[in-house]
Parts: sequence; structure tokens; C-alpha cells
Amino acid sequence: MKELVKKLTETYGPSGFEGQVRELIAAEIKGLADEVRTDALGNLFALKKGKDSSKKALVAAHMDEIGIMVTHVDKNGFLRFTRIGGIRPLGLPGVRVVFGNGVTGGIGVEKLDDRAKVPDLDKMYIDVGALDKASSPVQVGDAGAFFQPFVAQQGRWIAKAFDDRIGCAILIETLRKLKKPQHDVYFVFTAQEEVGVRGARVAAFAVDPDFAIAIDITVAADTPECPPAAMELGKGPAIKVMDNGMVVHPGMKNWMVKTAEDAGIPYQFEVLEHGSTDAMAIQTAREGVPSGVLSVPTRYAHTGCEMLDESDVQNTVRLLVELLSRQVELA
Amino acid sequence: MSFLRELSEARGVSGHEGEVRTLIFGKIRNLVDEYRVDALGNLITLRKARVHADRPVPKKVMLAAHMDEIGLMITEVAKNGLLRFSPVGGIDPRLMLAQKVLVGDKKIPGVVGVKPIHQLKPEDMKQILRHDQLGIDIGATSESQAEGQARVGDYATFDTAYEELGEVAKGKAFDDRAGCAVLMELLKADYPFDLYAVFTVQEEVGLRGSRVAAYAVEPDCAIALEGTVCDDLPKKKDISPTTRLGAGPAITVMDHTFIAHQGMLRHIVNVAEKNGIPYQFKQPGIGGTDAGAIHTAKEGVPSVTVAVPCRYIHSPVLLLSLKDLENTVALVRETLRTLTADIIRPE
Repeated sequence: MKELVKKLTETYGPSGFEGQVRELIAAEIKGLADEVRTDALGNLFALKKGKDSSKKALVAAHMDEIGIMVTHVDKNGFLRFTRIGGIRPLGLPGVRVVFGNGVTGGIGVEKLDDRAKVPDLDKMYIDVGALDKASSPVQVGDAGAFFQPFVAQQGRWIAKAFDDRIGCAILIETLRKLKKPQHDVYFVFTAQEEVGVRGARVAAFAVDPDFAIAIDITVAADTPECPPAAMELGKGPAIKVMDNGMVVHPGMKNWMVKTAEDAGIPYQFEVLEHGSTDAMAIQTAREGVPSGVLSVPTRYAHTGCEMLDESDVQNTVRLLVELLSRQVELA
Repeated sequence: MSFLRELSEARGVSGHEGEVRTLIFGKIRNLVDEYRVDALGNLITLRKARVHADRPVPKKVMLAAHMDEIGLMITEVAKNGLLRFSPVGGIDPRLMLAQKVLVGDKKIPGVVGVKPIHQLKPEDMKQILRHDQLGIDIGATSESQAEGQARVGDYATFDTAYEELGEVAKGKAFDDRAGCAVLMELLKADYPFDLYAVFTVQEEVGLRGSRVAAYAVEPDCAIALEGTVCDDLPKKKDISPTTRLGAGPAITVMDHTFIAHQGMLRHIVNVAEKNGIPYQFKQPGIGGTDAGAIHTAKEGVPSVTVAVPCRYIHSPVLLLSLKDLENTVALVRETLRTLTADIIRPE
């Protein structure tokens, strides 16, 4: 699974430009699903028929990562940019960015009048080494992603875009391990989650599931002087109770807890103050869908050095496989 | 574009688009095969396919232009006869001072009064007054006199006359009467698919009309036609002008509400280059349009926005280039005539 995660995290795919990730995933799941298709927004659907087709599950992980988009090429070939998704200015200067055509750039900053203040994006630019506007290999509208290699050491993994390539990897592993699910399961690798859960919204309308599970990352609160939260690396998949966008259906949450305890899989609870997932959009699709989330606690989310625990990933796969092998219980 | 004057001077703030709808419908009724007005006031028209295609084409294409403009709503008739108001849509509070407005369906003239300079201290001039600190003066000297002419809930529009200054047009509400003008012109051509020309409502307050219209129409793809931001006056730093007046229709790659469909984007650019039509990319990450609501309708709709650059957008007076307007019509018409199913097919 480590090789799969390395390939996924090192692939380019900002929101709206998920093509390369989708191609990689389609190749990895070849032969594992009964039906595979892509929709208008770029979501990839893989249906695995179950023992009982009277109910449908939707399991989602998003393919897109946060990134930047070029807004202006100045006369000297420097690129001004805006954010794609939740990019924070602190931590941008000095970061490497790669574009869809493989061109690499670095983020530079104008001189600061007040060194105590964090400059906003409009004081930054990307330098790809171009000599002038005409010879720039990058144009207005081109999207860039962070550029970092995957590293595994002492049971901890470091990469960019674990959010949410780790979710995609978990879905793929689940597809591999699941002989035949109880219900029909639509594994959906969604597009454009980071810019407003847009892919999930239309995917949920199309599938019209009876229940749904999103697999995403959550924050970890086990680093120095961090904002308080319950989640820690190594304590198992986090069963979400509530985040900034949804309150998880209590029946879903209870079913996840019961299943984890039955199967002897470690788990922890998650309450996230800032941020949400695809489940937020799925929950309010059509007439409403009972939805839950399994999250992999991740330090330094939305940076180039996201870190998670390998055992949490394995246990999330185990729990998802267990859940999808059983009858859903929402009482 | 003979309609532009009438469209600009017609009055229709978000939620009260009737006058604009009647004007538009009167001019296009003979160009459409079917039409209806939905629950929110969207004018949904259909021009059926009139030419045969020699390759697979989409079945239903939706074009959207919004009829509503930003404006004001009267919230209170004060004791001194002034009318308190709230903005409808995004209005810079600094633009309200000393504006001439027309209140209600009776078009009662009013002025947003300001303190004379003789009475201002230097600190006063640095303050930005909020809309709730201002009032519209319609010349009434008491609450009862004012109530005879205006009521809570009445709308007020900016009082701006349309004028042409050579190749440039000046007027209010080009956002999005320019888009409406483009759509009305496009209805004069023939296409190999069913064209749903939808004149939407309430875009300025949250893309509300287009959301329900797209749900009803369920198009295979969509193009939103807009007026867009243009701040191309000289700047100290070499930064984006957002769009430039006269540089052609502006194509949206990404804004706050959506990311354009890659296939449609490539097609429009190809059409522009092949036909020598000037075009530009709107600075990514600014603003929002009906495409934002349309592209996530039902199972998703490949969408893109093409817009006419407007200087001083969301102010009482806008400027646009009539050449840009013409080129927007030409670009979208040719884009539609050469649209094929494989352009919008999922990858």
C-alpha cells in the first residue's frame, strides 16, 4: 500500500485539474469494479455490486488537492497567483510549485514594510525562471500544486496531499480487499472538494444512496502548543461526530463504533471546529442521506509536510472493509 | 445593438425583474418556440434545433443572462420624510453619497443627501458612512408626506441615462443587461440543438434564479453571459487589470463560484483563434456568476462564462466597449455552431 500512496501523493491534481490523479486511480482499480464511469465534473464512479442490491452505499474520497492559479504574467515573466482552496499565506514563501505541464517554480515575496505582519498572497509571486512575458512557459489560468516527495520512516509517513490522496488509497485498498460487499457500493473518487465540495454534491444526486461514508483526513492535536482537540496519531481511525459543516447522523456514528468494537479495531472520536468534508454535501442531497466520516488524523494539514501514522491508515481500511461487509444499522 | 439603451434604462432590482422581463419578451417572442415564466420569475425560452448536424451534438444547451441589477430597498420612512434603505446586491458604501435614484414603480426622483463640505471636519472626510447612516430625500417634509409616495419594500434604482461616447457605451446595469443583449442577438441564429435561452432572476443576491432554472432545464452544457470586472486604468505595480476594455470577450477560467469545464474552455479558445476574434482570460479568483449555480445542478453540467468587460461595475455608471459586445456575440455564436458532443463528454 505504501507504493500506492507514494504514487498518489506525488501526482499533480489541484481542484478542477484532477485528470492525472483520475487516470492513475482508474488504472489501479481496473478489474476490481463492476461498472466504472466519469461524470461532467470529473468524478470517477466505481460500482461494486453487493449481496443485497436493495440498498446503495456511497463511499467518497476526493482526488483534488489545494493549489494555486496564475492570475497575471508580468512583463518580466513573474507570475502573480490566487488560491485554489484553503491556502494560508504563512508558509508560502520558498515553497516549490509544479504546473500541469511539469514546469517548476518557487514562491517569492516582495520587500515587507512590516516584518511582523504575514504578507498576503498579493505580495507574493511565482518565479519559473522565465526571462519575460512572451517566453513564459506558464499562462494565466494555469494551475499549480505543491511539490514534495513521499517519505516513510518509523511507521510515520510524510507527503503533500494526504488530504485526500490517503482517502483515495484507502478506497482502492478496500476495493481490493472486499470480496463482495453486503450492499451495492458506489466508490466515488470526487472532484473539487477543496473549493466547495462541488463534485460530491452532483455525485450524491446521481447515486441517490441510502447511506454514505466519506474518507478524509482530520487534524491531529498531538503537537506542541496546538489548538485543543481529541485526535492523535496512532489511536486509530477517527469516527467523526461533528465538524464545521455537519453533525454526523447519530445512527451512522453508533454503527461505526459498534462495528469497530465488534471487530477489535482501535478508533477515536473526532470533533473538528474548522473544516468539513464531502459528507457535508452528500448529507443534504435530494431528500437527505444518513452520512458518516472516517478520518485519518494528520499533522500539518494543507502543507507540504503532512504527517500521519501508517497503523491508522491500515486500521481505517480494516474498519471500512468491516462496515461494507455488514448490513447497515442506523437505529 | 439597438436593445442596449432600453435594457440599460429598464428598471429591475433583484426580486422585481418584471419590467425587464416584459421588455425582453416583447422583443424575442417571435424568435422562440416555447416560453414560460417560473416560480421565481425566470424567463425560460426554447429555440428548437433548426439545422442538421453532421456530427453528434449536445441535445440541450442552456444560455443564461441575468435580468436583475443591484439597487436599493426602502426599509423605513423616517419621521423627517427621509427614506432609509438597504442595498440589494453588492454595493460599495462609498458610492451611495450624493447619488440620484428613482424610487418605486412610480419612479419618484430622490437624492442620497450628504452633509455640505462647509460643515465637515477633516476627520469626517475620512469616515465611510454606512448605508444605515444615509437617507434618500424625495423632497418630503414629513413622514406622512413621504408615505404618500414611497413605502417600505419599494425598490430604488440608480438614475443613469444611457449614452454612447463613440465606441464606448455609458449606462447603468450593464451587469447584466449586456449579457441579456448578447443572448437576445444569439436567438437570431440557427443551431443544431435545442437552445434554452434563460433570462434569470436574483443573480446578484446569490445565483438563485439560475439554480432552479438549471434544475428544471437539465441542460447538457451551459454558458453564462455576463458583464464583468474591468479595472484597466494605469497602476503603480505590474499587476492584473482583471480585464481590459476593448480587448474582447473575457472568458472565466475560475472564480469564487466555479471552475470552468476544460473541454468547453479549450473549444472557445480554439474558436476565437481560428476566427480571429479577440478574447482575454478574466483574472482568476474574482467574482461569481450564474455558472456557479448551474454547474452543480442535478448530476453536473459542463459550464463556462463569457463576459463583456465593464469599467466601474457595481456602480451607478458603467462603461463598456460596443466592439467587445459585438465580439462576444460573434464568439459565442460560433462556439455554439461548432459545438460537438465530444467536447462535453467526460474524460
